Amino acid sequence: MAGSVQVSVTVNGAQKSAEVEPRLLLVHFLRETLGLTGTHVGCDTSNCGACTVHLNGEAVKSCTLLAVQADGAEVTTIEGMGSESRLHPLQEAFWEHHGLQCGYCTPGMIMAAADLLQRNSDPSEHEVREALAGNLCRCTGYHNIVKAVQAAAKHPNGSSAAPQAPDAAGREAGESVASQGLGA
Amino acid sequence: MKRKEDARFIRGQGRYVDDVQLPRMLHGAVLRAPVAHARILSIDVSAALQHPKVHAVITGADLAERGMAWMPTLSADVQAVLATDKVRFQGQEVAFVIADDRYSARDARELIDVEYDVLPAVVDSRRALDPDAPVIRDDQAGRIDNHVFDWEAGDAAATEAAFAAADVVVEQDMLFPRSHPAPMETCGAVADFDRVGERLTIWCTTQAPHAHRTLYSLITGLPEHRIRVISPDVGGGFGNKVPIYPGYVCAMVGSMLTGKPVKWVEDRSENLMSTGFARDYAMRGRIAASREGRLLAVAVDVIADHGAFNATAQPSRYPAGFFSVFTGSYDVAAAHCRVTGVYTNKAPGGVAYACSFRIAEAVYLVERVVDCLARELGMDPVELRLKNLLRPEQFPYESRTGWVYDSGDYERALRKALGLAGYEELRREQASKRARGELMGIGVSFFTEAVGAGPRRHMDMMGLGMNDGAAIRISPSGTAQLAISVQTQGQGHETTFAQIVSEELGIPPEDVDVVHGDTDTTPYGLGTYGSRSTPVSGAAAALVARKVRDRARIVAGAMLEVAPEDLEWVRGRWAVKGDPEQGASIREIALAARGPIELPEGVEAGLDAEAVYDPPNLTFPFGAYVCVVDVDPGTAHVKVRRFVAVDDCGVRINPMIVEGQIHGGLTDGVGMALMEQIAFDEDGNCLSASLMDYLIPTAVEVPDWETGETVTPSPHHPIGAKGIGESATVGSPPAIVNAICDALEPFGVRHVDMPCTPSRVWEAMQGAR
Repeated sequence: MAGSVQVSVTVNGAQKSAEVEPRLLLVHFLRETLGLTGTHVGCDTSNCGACTVHLNGEAVKSCTLLAVQADGAEVTTIEGMGSESRLHPLQEAFWEHHGLQCGYCTPGMIMAAADLLQRNSDPSEHEVREALAGNLCRCTGYHNIVKAVQAAAKHPNGSSAAPQAPDAAGREAGESVASQGLGA
Repeated sequence: MKRKEDARFIRGQGRYVDDVQLPRMLHGAVLRAPVAHARILSIDVSAALQHPKVHAVITGADLAERGMAWMPTLSADVQAVLATDKVRFQGQEVAFVIADDRYSARDARELIDVEYDVLPAVVDSRRALDPDAPVIRDDQAGRIDNHVFDWEAGDAAATEAAFAAADVVVEQDMLFPRSHPAPMETCGAVADFDRVGERLTIWCTTQAPHAHRTLYSLITGLPEHRIRVISPDVGGGFGNKVPIYPGYVCAMVGSMLTGKPVKWVEDRSENLMSTGFARDYAMRGRIAASREGRLLAVAVDVIADHGAFNATAQPSRYPAGFFSVFTGSYDVAAAHCRVTGVYTNKAPGGVAYACSFRIAEAVYLVERVVDCLARELGMDPVELRLKNLLRPEQFPYESRTGWVYDSGDYERALRKALGLAGYEELRREQASKRARGELMGIGVSFFTEAVGAGPRRHMDMMGLGMNDGAAIRISPSGTAQLAISVQTQGQGHETTFAQIVSEELGIPPEDVDVVHGDTDTTPYGLGTYGSRSTPVSGAAAALVARKVRDRARIVAGAMLEVAPEDLEWVRGRWAVKGDPEQGASIREIALAARGPIELPEGVEAGLDAEAVYDPPNLTFPFGAYVCVVDVDPGTAHVKVRRFVAVDDCGVRINPMIVEGQIHGGLTDGVGMALMEQIAFDEDGNCLSASLMDYLIPTAVEVPDWETGETVTPSPHHPIGAKGIGESATVGSPPAIVNAICDALEPFGVRHVDMPCTPSRVWEAMQGAR
């Protein structure tokens, strides 16, 4: 692997290191090197937001960052949002309010919504719509997503979007795949 | 009931094609044509082959040696897998590179050198039949033009007579522009060929896994029982994932060549440029009426742009799909349509994006010309519709083009929508705004859908009757697995099909798991599109559950030592007539059916059953939509302020899921009406090959949806349910365009073609002033 560099990232609370090419996109690092496939790719022009994760607590489109840019950073993905036994309030609300159908935009949508709720614990409908304008959905018509985000905001822990205990399954999947060295 | 499938999706534990990782898996990338029409002079792959991570490069010539350079389409045409003689649209597949990873595959793709001799392109479908138009399909022996088909329905002579005798005739040209379903997940596949067992397993984004298996067998020559198609979780389909694409075939061939699994996942630009587009109907509609507003006849001529290969996904005998339902919800005495399909230098497709086989085009046509007629008559468009809607007692109603509508109570639905919208109040608001120079428009559409293809005697794809199977296995402990032949792409089948079985058998829905998408474990059927799952497969699920219930009655008779005829089904159990305490639930019967109990002669152990459903007719859901728009008089920007949708899909299995389907479809309508178009320049360059240019609605462009329902069950469906998935996509564009034209009435604008972008609306306002 010509010109590979070492990258260390804290992903969902666990330290991950790998040798990667400098050009490797963060989304591919998460999906292919670490095996965290909840984060999706929906476009090639940074419009759709299906790849949204948190980098040092803020929502970013991981298709538009290099993995090396995340060196030393903390990344939270959808797999880090809830624990096996306890869903994040946004996850619960999306389920309760039918805020997803095919589920492909859902991980990015939840991460973008979590970012909003950290900044604004009681957003209006308009504010939710504005905040999610970087996340495209083809199934829901957004109506129930807006409802879900507003419901989650009213939840006692709704605005605490900080990752909870790292999801055990997600961490194990990441480690086992990383050890195979499938990264580009 | 909340959805079962959400548990994995909200945790990032769904499994979509690109999540599939197999040991030793390689990655493929397609090299595409940079121009719309050109002869291929040479392809040099030597530099790509020298790339250290490349395993193989496949060209059309390589495929031709295996007889696989061309593949059959769903419209009895052929489509190039990899171009051999020439390229016929920009983005067409030319070569396939297989490398260790997706980055290297794309690197090596850049090393392929193709020499083209560029030819003039056919871009405007209305010029495709001009005598001097270049012939695109010179692969077909003897072909001298770009004509694909002529098709007509209705009675031309009676229709012309009605037009000649009518008081009022209105004619309007309109283009339903080329759009694209653009599911958030693009198309992709992982092919894994086992050279020893000669078995092919392919994970792919398909809405019709069984039909794909049959086609893959035809293409590869592998026997069908050694092909396993797995459609895992699919990130939206919307008709985009019905056809087979060259990328799937290349992944298969790649795996056969290398002996390793090969993954191919297209980028968004590839998805928009090369996979199944939607619409592209240039229509001339005519409507005839009496002075009082009694509709007499509707006629339409269509030029249908099918792109370079006719790959349209539709029943074999319907080259223009179900366009002939264009008489809509009205009782007209005469009707006729003529559709001419043409080849152009564009990607193939046509039927996709929740169109229900061209009903989107049909509904748009009739709902626009009815509005144009209302304008001509100086009549409120609602009043004109109320005067002509089919009445409940006319059902089942046979239309002038031969469709038999199953049931409807149209006026009730329309009045409900008007009530929810506050129609009279909206008209007053509009009047006062007009007086102030503000542009507010109110648009109404009333549509009738035709979904659930279909009856085997009329409808097939590639000779495969459009039926669907269901198989149910009841475990001894009374839980159930229902295997279905249709494939959800987000519509919630895992939940709703469990609800159907639960309702029929008294097993709690959490004890019913729905198995789908794997051709090795599910019964044969034609897949999910055309809103056909509930009408066809939903019926099969109910019937297979009823088979179980019938067998359970016999077993219960043996258990209770009474004659089966003395049992009745009460609240989910078989009970002795007159003695309801004496009875057995399916759970108890399931154990007995596998137990040592002596069953009557000829009765097999267990309760498992299978069914194939051949629907007697389609289902005809309907809806009444009211849209309110504000148009900025300075910028011509259109804002959809309110949208009221009343849908009637008969019995609603899961109201929450139905509503979600409607919300999504209404958003499609806003996209098509205001934003979405796959546009081309005069050389055939695709100008909409990314989400930078192909705009789809965000949360900001759509309002909070207001919905209502009426329930008019389908009399022929086992549970009275009709399809719903595509209704809102079909019904909403005309409501929005009607609203825009209503807003622009002060400018004398009668029609604006979609997408009604600010520049288009601005031009319309200027032109008519």
